[in-house]
Amino acid sequence: MSIKHLEEYRDPELARRLIDRIHAMHPKPVRLMEVCGTHTVSIFRSGIRTVLPGEISLVSGPGCPVCVTDQSDIDAFIAISRMAQVIVATFGDLIRVPGTESSLQAERACGRDIRVVYSAMDALDIARQNPDKQVVFLGVGFETTAPTIAATILTASKMGLANYLVYSAHKTVPPALEVLVTAPDVRIDGFILPGHVSVILGSDAYTFLKTVHHMPCVIAGFEPADILQAVYLLVSQIHAGNPQIENAYPRAVAPEGNPKAISVMNAVFEPVDAAWRGIGTIAGSGLKIRQEYAGVDAARQLDIRVPEPVIPKGCACGDILKGIKTPPECALYKKRCTPVDPVGPCMVSSEGTCAAYYRYYS
Amino acid sequence: MKESDMKKNDKILLDHGSGGKISHTMIAEMMLPAFDNPILAQLNDGAELKIGDDRLAFSTDTYVVDPIFFPGGNIGDLAVNGTVNDLAMCGAVPLFLSVGMVIEEGFAAADLDVILRRMGIAAQKAGVLVVTGDTKVVPRGAADKIFINTSGIGRIPEGVVISGHRARPGDKILLSGTLADHGIAILTSRQGMRFDSPVASDTAALNLLVQRMLAVDRDIHVLRDPTRGGLGTTLNEIAGQSRVGIQIAEARIPVKPDVAALCELLGFDPLYIANEGKLVAFVRPERAAAVLAVLHEDPLGKDAGIIGEVIEAPAGRVILQTRIGGARIVDMLTGEQLPRIC
Repeated sequence: MSIKHLEEYRDPELARRLIDRIHAMHPKPVRLMEVCGTHTVSIFRSGIRTVLPGEISLVSGPGCPVCVTDQSDIDAFIAISRMAQVIVATFGDLIRVPGTESSLQAERACGRDIRVVYSAMDALDIARQNPDKQVVFLGVGFETTAPTIAATILTASKMGLANYLVYSAHKTVPPALEVLVTAPDVRIDGFILPGHVSVILGSDAYTFLKTVHHMPCVIAGFEPADILQAVYLLVSQIHAGNPQIENAYPRAVAPEGNPKAISVMNAVFEPVDAAWRGIGTIAGSGLKIRQEYAGVDAARQLDIRVPEPVIPKGCACGDILKGIKTPPECALYKKRCTPVDPVGPCMVSSEGTCAAYYRYYS
Repeated sequence: MKESDMKKNDKILLDHGSGGKISHTMIAEMMLPAFDNPILAQLNDGAELKIGDDRLAFSTDTYVVDPIFFPGGNIGDLAVNGTVNDLAMCGAVPLFLSVGMVIEEGFAAADLDVILRRMGIAAQKAGVLVVTGDTKVVPRGAADKIFINTSGIGRIPEGVVISGHRARPGDKILLSGTLADHGIAILTSRQGMRFDSPVASDTAALNLLVQRMLAVDRDIHVLRDPTRGGLGTTLNEIAGQSRVGIQIAEARIPVKPDVAALCELLGFDPLYIANEGKLVAFVRPERAAAVLAVLHEDPLGKDAGIIGEVIEAPAGRVILQTRIGGARIVDMLTGEQLPRIC
């Protein structure tokens, strides 16, 4: 990554000009949803909400993979970590998420072998180095991470690495967007579409949002100027009454996306109905490991028994993920639920809306 | 309040050692009651002791960094520099150190030799004597390679009163250089993270620099080295201890381009990453330029700048002015961001 390249998009002058242009439009009240958790964090970190006109509400969406991981999946992760001769490899964000009875962090303190990795390839290395142990990678994430994890599955089967398993709780973004635009209780005037997911899927993947749902959409990068540009374009679309799928991140996103990544993902995974925490089951929104790679599928290979999930009472994560409520409107926010002792996953993940509110906005 | 409920977590988690909020809860609810005394209750980097007419600073720290060798230094440099810096942050002239080691059975003698040599060089550079020590060897697996404790004593010069409680509205906040070098050096030197040009740890003793700063301003109000928990946590501690607000400007906080890019890539905020050779100083506005000039003359302070100031309200809060002209809260680190960095 070139930091000089990043600095261009952090240029305070460029941002200032965009802020002035947005103010000069005298926007009518609009609710824009940033779908992606990385956008949420960038918006808070750069203080974008504090520089926009009061009429523009930025609403955070369901794009934090940890936050939408169903409680039953979290419970499955914990159950796997308790199995004998198992090493669990996971992205760090999952460590603190409370399941029904425990968390991976608490299990690690009890002596379970749970290792934080920065890439699924690291999990593959752990499997190679520990042939007498079963290494289970916890696959959580959207189209951004799924292709890399698919690649580890292909590599493992090519190498005949019998001790590498993946538990796939992956989800795909377009079906969730469809649910959001059709839900009667969700009111959104435009989407800031995720940058990283779009790098893989391409801008064409969202055409249905324009043709079927007439929803203004802009694909955005993650620097403050990227996000301000997206806000400017969305407000322009809304004012003109001309919904489009605009690509404001052309330096990374092509119309067709990354066909190689898509083909690797499709080779290993197939769509399946998946439960999203707080939202419910969304048809075809999960990624299941295909029968061909059943030998790598932890869900098929291990006898995973989970308790009946107990969703904590009063947790508004579901409504927060749909942009219906803001964190301060949740009765538990900052009282029962804090980053130190989170109740819901939106407070756990660094990309969670509640955690972002807590850290940057209190 | 939920955060203060220590008993609910019946096991010590890595988060308890993070230097963030959870560590503070443990200190407040378990350590302070156990040792109840007004000196400890100050919670500065070192304790200030009065013995006869002398004011002494006394501090201790234990080093468990993994890996023990990293670009820019090793666990030995860190152990000497860390305790020297804790004393220096009390305004003290560090004099004597103790060294305690817990070594795992099977540890390479050659590695121990390298560590000890580097400790000797670091002590010499800082002008301190290692005057007592202890070594324990534990069975394989009972410790991870080597853990080192250092304790130190220093003398606080007359007229120097430095404490986290002394930040006053109007004080300028000086930062001695780039953030996050140490934490990122440790992270990237771990298994699996390979880069062409490794980021080096900034581990360094700051005591001589502090003495030069005190020579131009004896009334420096606060000095801290933002180690575990990073600058964000350090500033929150000071805002809380002094019951003042702190305002800093993002554009004035230097971060090396490579470090910034890695933070970006890994999703870390440099404000919460450990430093081992940086300090923040809270200085009366009329002396800020003089102290800054001293910093700039020293290689350890060449990137120093004034990053913000103390304000009256909101008390206990740190506010960051973002590059684009927005504002946000900088909260204290909650739990572990990177494990075992010092």
